[in-house]
Amino acid sequence: MIRELSWVDPLYLILALRWTVAITLLALAGGTSLGLVVAACGSSGNTAARLAARGYVGLVQGIPLLAWLFLFFFGFPIFGIDVPGWLAATVAFSVYSAGFLGEIWRGALISIPKTQWEASASMGLSYLEQLRHVIIPQAVRIATPPTVGFIVQLIKNTSLASVIGFVELTREGQMTAAATLAPLPVYLMVGALYFALCYPLTTYSRFLERRLHGAG
Amino acid sequence: MGYSFHFRDVFAAQDALLSGLALTLQLTATTIVAGFVIGLAVAAAAVYGPRWARAAAHAYVEMIRNTPLLVQLFVVFFGLPSIGIKLDVIPVATIGLAINLGAYASEIIRAGIESIPKSQVEAAVALGLTGRQVFRHIILVPALKNVYPSLTSQFILLMLATSVASQIAAPELFYAGSIIQSRTYRDFEVYTIIAVAYLALALLLRVVFALCYRLLVRRR
Repeated sequence: MIRELSWVDPLYLILALRWTVAITLLALAGGTSLGLVVAACGSSGNTAARLAARGYVGLVQGIPLLAWLFLFFFGFPIFGIDVPGWLAATVAFSVYSAGFLGEIWRGALISIPKTQWEASASMGLSYLEQLRHVIIPQAVRIATPPTVGFIVQLIKNTSLASVIGFVELTREGQMTAAATLAPLPVYLMVGALYFALCYPLTTYSRFLERRLHGAG
Repeated sequence: MGYSFHFRDVFAAQDALLSGLALTLQLTATTIVAGFVIGLAVAAAAVYGPRWARAAAHAYVEMIRNTPLLVQLFVVFFGLPSIGIKLDVIPVATIGLAINLGAYASEIIRAGIESIPKSQVEAAVALGLTGRQVFRHIILVPALKNVYPSLTSQFILLMLATSVASQIAAPELFYAGSIIQSRTYRDFEVYTIIAVAYLALALLLRVVFALCYRLLVRRR
């Protein structure tokens, strides 16, 4: 059914934005949990754990996200697990995010000088107290700007969930473009909405970066 | 689980896989060259240009870095015909990918240029080097050497991102995979092989870039 592009279409696109936000938040929840494990293993003294973390990061960063999406989308049914598209996408985005976040956080952890560990140990802090009061507060300051930067990457990459049929902003745009035969204005609107979501975060990340270097 | 894997059907379609791989390599190579040239020009405009050029460079970079590649490809794919330019899908994909890479490359190159201390330039001028010599030997080459690791990581990410061009039907590796999938219904096997191929390509590129670095630095 072909119809004219009308004033309701931008509204539908804006409404579809909430699914983009929802899948981003789900992926962040999964990616943060797994990413912390990757960062902990990658910065630990155990060689096997370090190698495992490095292997994981290399695997995630060496395979296109599109392939991860399809592997999980088609992989779950093979093992007899029936999952809806949004869940397959969440798992794929979580695995992908953990690879990048884990590497960012590992870098932040190992950038804390060894003397900080030694000094806090000499003050009688236990391992967990050292982490809690000395190491993590410093690492978080270093890791926040690139983490916010990665969230922007993630928001943009959720557009790929459209290829397995999850209706977020890009998929909504494709359907609108197909129904109205006006792809160019529709995709320009879609792009503008992504921009509205990402630009404030990009600006914030840059502000944090500048403050970090200014203070450092 | 009761599922038996059949990779043979997929390997039977190796011609399609190989021609997809060839196009992926071609897209990667042409996009890296074009994206690097765009990045260099935009970085130069952002650092040395007049006010309007700096504003234009800034707008371009922010627009590209804050929207998804998939949507950018759609805009180029549907936008070029509407301004009367009809091109084959491969040039369209190359243009879209190069516009995307150019924005990221320009930010990296700009950071490199800004990392060169002003005193270096002043020293070169005091030694009587011409403006062009200063730019080439004191600014550009050392700047590119400083950012070589970031730049080549970006190129590897770009190689992986060429898979998104499958969504505008550019017959590269990922698209070849989806064609074989629709013919054999061996979806998991197909995408496993595709994933391994990209992983191998990413490792290969990393080695090639490391060798290039050694060659380029040794020669100087």
